[in-house]
Amino acid sequence: MRDKISSSPVLSVVSKILFAPIIIFGLYVQFHGDYGPGGGFQAGVIVAAAFILYSMIFGLSKGETLVPIMINRYLMCVGVLLYAGVGIVSIFLDGMYLDYNVLSSDPSTGQHIGIILVELGVGITVATVMIALYHSFASFGEINE
Amino acid sequence: MNFLLINFFLISLLLVTTFFIFKTTSLISVVALTGAFTLLCSAIYVNLDAVDVAFTEAAVGSGISTILMVMAAAKLPEGKKNKLINLFPSIILAVAISLILIIIIANLPLLGDPNAPIHLHVVPEYLKESKDFFHIPNVVTNILASYRGFDTLGETIVIFTAGLGVIALLTSNTLNRKTNFKKNKKK
Repeated sequence: MRDKISSSPVLSVVSKILFAPIIIFGLYVQFHGDYGPGGGFQAGVIVAAAFILYSMIFGLSKGETLVPIMINRYLMCVGVLLYAGVGIVSIFLDGMYLDYNVLSSDPSTGQHIGIILVELGVGITVATVMIALYHSFASFGEINE
Repeated sequence: MNFLLINFFLISLLLVTTFFIFKTTSLISVVALTGAFTLLCSAIYVNLDAVDVAFTEAAVGSGISTILMVMAAAKLPEGKKNKLINLFPSIILAVAISLILIIIIANLPLLGDPNAPIHLHVVPEYLKESKDFFHIPNVVTNILASYRGFDTLGETIVIFTAGLGVIALLTSNTLNRKTNFKKNKKK
């Protein structure tokens, strides 16, 4: 199961072609969420889908070299801390917790900065949690076999 | 009229999918049909102009959770059929819940009714002031990240905690895996 590399050349070629466009679409959804549908949650899932596709086609070991497990776990925390950190920063700038108005001299720009940072935190956490879920499910029961 | 026709079509497809989910005995087909079910749900949300919800439903519901369910189903032993042993209690429960839901539906406001309670509380204020203040056209993003920033922080922490729980349950020996492989090789 673990190192089973898909024998079909169609799957491996198509997934290689699709990998970069999926991530670019994820980034588009992430940073265009202010203007169209989308945002951190959806973007995180889309980016995670690219990595999950990679590990499904080329095997879990290659997926783990692409996204090492420990780095993935650190990034899970980084996302939540980025979100909570924006709130802490706004406290230090004489605002209330998660009050983005004080992040810039112009309240409207401050809201922009706050929303983009917060959505980025959500995106990072969602993407890494999804990758971690996939790896946990896929590698479950390996040693017992 | 078109709206109603499309809605009717999609909901009848949902019913057909539900019937086949009930009927099939193989786990993998149930997983695939559930994926189709959530995809139909996201089509219904698009029809209702809830594009953000539809996007989330398509990405999370029919994308990632189908993959995770397939992975989980692949770990289960093969050849076991999904058998319902005693149908009687489940039928009574299902009928009771359907009756309660039908009674509730009669009390719900009509679809798109501007005087529905949900449209009278804070929504008019948000819709009026958010574009001038934030200069961000997507009101959903404004509500999600700014007006309801605490809720979204909570949601992110919930996802984080869920990930931690799954990691702790399923991959308790991930870090020892390499050493275990070496031990197996020695044997």
